[in-house]
Amino acid sequence: MTTTQAHPIEYLLRMDRMPHIWCPGCGIGVTVNCFARALQDSKADLDKTVIVSGIGCTGRVAGYLKLDSFHTTHGRAIPFATGLKLANPELNVVVYSGDGDLTAIGGNHFIHAARRNIDMLVICVNNFTYGMTGGQLTPTTPYSAVASTAPYGSFEKTFSLPFLADSCGAVYVARWTTFHVRQLARCMAEAFTKRGFRFIEIISPCPTLYQRRNKLGDGLSFMKYLKESSECKDGADTRAVALDFQGKIIVGKFVDRDQPTWLDDMNRRYREKLGDKYEEYKGIK
Amino acid sequence: MTDKPVSVKRARGKVHILDDRCKGCAFCVEFCPVKALALSLEFNKKGYHPPQAVKPDACTNCNLCFMYCPEFAIWSTKIGDKE
Repeated sequence: MTTTQAHPIEYLLRMDRMPHIWCPGCGIGVTVNCFARALQDSKADLDKTVIVSGIGCTGRVAGYLKLDSFHTTHGRAIPFATGLKLANPELNVVVYSGDGDLTAIGGNHFIHAARRNIDMLVICVNNFTYGMTGGQLTPTTPYSAVASTAPYGSFEKTFSLPFLADSCGAVYVARWTTFHVRQLARCMAEAFTKRGFRFIEIISPCPTLYQRRNKLGDGLSFMKYLKESSECKDGADTRAVALDFQGKIIVGKFVDRDQPTWLDDMNRRYREKLGDKYEEYKGIK
Repeated sequence: MTDKPVSVKRARGKVHILDDRCKGCAFCVEFCPVKALALSLEFNKKGYHPPQAVKPDACTNCNLCFMYCPEFAIWSTKIGDKE
């Protein structure tokens, strides 16, 4: 049943760059659908929405979406986004990157942006591996999983990303999987409208590197695993949501609180100290 | 209590598939709630088997196939209601 109509989110994509590089069975395209749906549902002003990515398979999202976007060097998506937000606080800045880029190479930036409560939405597609560079171990690769740099299985302790974000001070922390498309789209739309450092982790299949090495089948088998092993617990304690190799996945919205952002704090502090001499910072004009 | 059967209005949808974009991951086939899709035996330009609507009347325009498709190759549109 071939059609001649245009796909409903084609206007949000750079079609001259299609087909994309993602493998058959990869979940990143699914997250892009959810993101596009969230953009539509939240009626975001597309001229004021900016997307920043680092390097990696997920880093390609910035190149495929027809928004103002920037593809930074490896791990540096958050510092670039911080600068962007501070120079033009009107923008709604979204960082869209992978687990290796955001939490290994850019781990330091991630921690400090959450600590400072910089106003940005960070979407982390967690496929437990470095996809583009050949399946190396990341800080989220579960214990005993095989990677190209861990041929006998990983023996390292792992990061639990919701716990990391929560303990560093993020105001909104959620985790979904590529199976939970409706919930994910709703969660992204909700996170758009909040202020502060918002973090969404999305568990996604990587059939070519993670699953093949660990003999977990193709993308569809991993999606079935996500369906069967996920449990939704909104408001769960982030200390209890760590992931095991092929274990249970707790999903849901874990943290939702309101805190002044870095710019709010800066303006308040300077106002306190300088009084009427201080003119509130509203971006570089 | 009446014996009158309850009639439920249900949206009807039409599935649109861009065969040549498909990479045959079968997410849409697996997660279609009304099982309206199946992989076809035909090959597309890339050598994958794209889905086809085997029960086109069953489609309720829920657009889950659109949400699941990583290749932006499938979606549905509303074509009316069915009792």
